[in-house]
Amino acid sequence: MAESIRVENVTKEFTLRYHRTFKQVTVALARGRQISDTFPAVDDVSFTVSQGESIGLMGLNGSGKSTLLKMINGVMRPDHGTVRTRGRIAGLIATGAGFHPQLSGKENIMLNAAILGMSENEIARKYDDIVDFAEIPTKFLQTEVGHYSSGQSARLGFAVAIHVDSEIFLADEVLAVGDKPFKKKCLERMEQVRDSGRTLFYVSHAGGSVKRMCNRVLILEQGRLIFDGDVKEGIKVLKYDDERPEDEEHFDSDEELGADI
Amino acid sequence: MTDSLQASAGASVDPAYDLGEDRPWEDPAPSRGLLEVFRRRYLLKLLVRREISARYSGSFLGLIWSYINPLSQFFIYFAIIGVIFQLHDSIPNFPIHIFSAIIIVHFFTETFNAGTRSIVRNKAIVKKMAVPAEMFPVASMLVSLYHVFPQLVILLVAVLFMGWTPTLSGVLAVAIALTIIMTLGTAMALFFSAANVLFRDFASFVNILTNFVRFGVPMIYSYTMVGDRFGRFADYYVLNPIADAVMLMQHAFWIGTLTEAELNFDDKGQAVDRLPDHLFTLGFTMIGVSLLILVLAQYVFSKLEKQIPERI
Ligand SMILES: Nc1ncnc2c1ncn2[C@@H]1O[C@H](COP(=O)(O)OP(=O)(O)OP(=O)(O)O)[C@@H](O)[C@H]1O
Ligand SMILES: [Mg+2]
Repeated sequence: MAESIRVENVTKEFTLRYHRTFKQVTVALARGRQISDTFPAVDDVSFTVSQGESIGLMGLNGSGKSTLLKMINGVMRPDHGTVRTRGRIAGLIATGAGFHPQLSGKENIMLNAAILGMSENEIARKYDDIVDFAEIPTKFLQTEVGHYSSGQSARLGFAVAIHVDSEIFLADEVLAVGDKPFKKKCLERMEQVRDSGRTLFYVSHAGGSVKRMCNRVLILEQGRLIFDGDVKEGIKVLKYDDERPEDEEHFDSDEELGADI
Repeated sequence: MTDSLQASAGASVDPAYDLGEDRPWEDPAPSRGLLEVFRRRYLLKLLVRREISARYSGSFLGLIWSYINPLSQFFIYFAIIGVIFQLHDSIPNFPIHIFSAIIIVHFFTETFNAGTRSIVRNKAIVKKMAVPAEMFPVASMLVSLYHVFPQLVILLVAVLFMGWTPTLSGVLAVAIALTIIMTLGTAMALFFSAANVLFRDFASFVNILTNFVRFGVPMIYSYTMVGDRFGRFADYYVLNPIADAVMLMQHAFWIGTLTEAELNFDDKGQAVDRLPDHLFTLGFTMIGVSLLILVLAQYVFSKLEKQIPERI
């Protein structure tokens, strides 16, 4: 199987600035206090992904999952190491797309699609499908996205991303704010993506949906890759399994979907 | 609901799209700089179009503001400088002299100001999506350029009334003037838009800087006065690309409205050079200089670019 993503010794460091203004900085310097601190959000991570694999990326809050995805889709650049990908990348990072709050839903769909690499023709062809999928009333499409509910903008973002013909699909907590019917629809659609041979990167804190979607799990802990392998084992490593043993059996039940965030 | 689910379910994976097994390895965040902007013209077009509608979003008069702005400036300068300080007498056809300068100055300051803020204004996009950040300052420049044309039309109507006839050298002068400002404006916007992400102070700084631009060009005073008052300093004065762009505009529109006598002699009957010699040579040189500054700005931008998504 051909390779699709290659991540080699990737490190991303962030600088935390404790003081912002000139006054604060001078006061802190005068008192000999630290004004900034650097820490690795992603620390020497390496792995390769084959075309068609579906990867569940897990880890506690702040472990570096979104940062890693940002480097894979090219929003951020690693400080050390290299990321190489093959083919188009689409997806959502950290709940919600990059929407401009002052633009209408329609303008944002067009802009987002163009940024993701769709051509003018492609957008014209798929616009109706995108709107249908998002199920946002037409009257809202003409108004500012800034006034949308968080679920509404998540719907719109997912709808655009899923309609891009891409080799790689990144889904970072896409289901966090959607309502139940929409979550169900998204999961079904992501299964289609997976089954069509595209590479799927799925970030979720819900063991159940990772089990359903993925055939390999990566776990980050404070930026380091501490596990890379089988899904069930991975979930054990995270100790997500003993808390919710019902995950496996009753995944399709209403309760599970409700808890699947 | 199930219906729409079914209907849209089939469309996500385009059967015509074949998942390439042979796609080349790529850096997901390439740094091709401005070249990438021109490769993605459709995205640029969308950004420009939405910026045109967004620059005055939420305002009732909307686009009209971009004419009220230069026109009000025009009347202020016309009234204060012309009437109160009596410059009408020494600069023939003073309104045309001012207005051809205002178009250039306004184009530059709008590009510089809006361009400096452009990346921060689009932070929702920059944070989440892989888009070459150069896109935004370039779009700002094109939006400002778009607003130049109606102003040119106003000016054209005015000079036609004054018996002006178009010349080839005038057309060339306008083209050079606009090219200088497009290049220089993009360079400044590029550099300061990245700097503004790191420290928002830069936007305020640029605002002050643009105030000086008005006084560094022959708008409310004439080039002749620079020579009269400062003598040899005029040689350095023409090293300012914006001043040259302004004088090229005046060559195109203002000079053509002057009578033979006004062209050669001032109101006291003394012989004058209304504009510097070798204006076109200066113009072409300044295009070169602006391009050089642009290359430099792109270089600095590439150095700062990495920090943009995390610091914004
Ligand atoms: N732009 C930034 N500047 C400084 N620190 C940052 C920045 N972005 C993220 N961080 C820090 O990097 C760490 C990793 O963040 P990241 O968003 O990747 O976590 P995550 O694994 O996605 O968490 P979650 O499960 O909550 O989504 C966090 O400690 C966060 O505070
Ligand atoms: Mg995250």
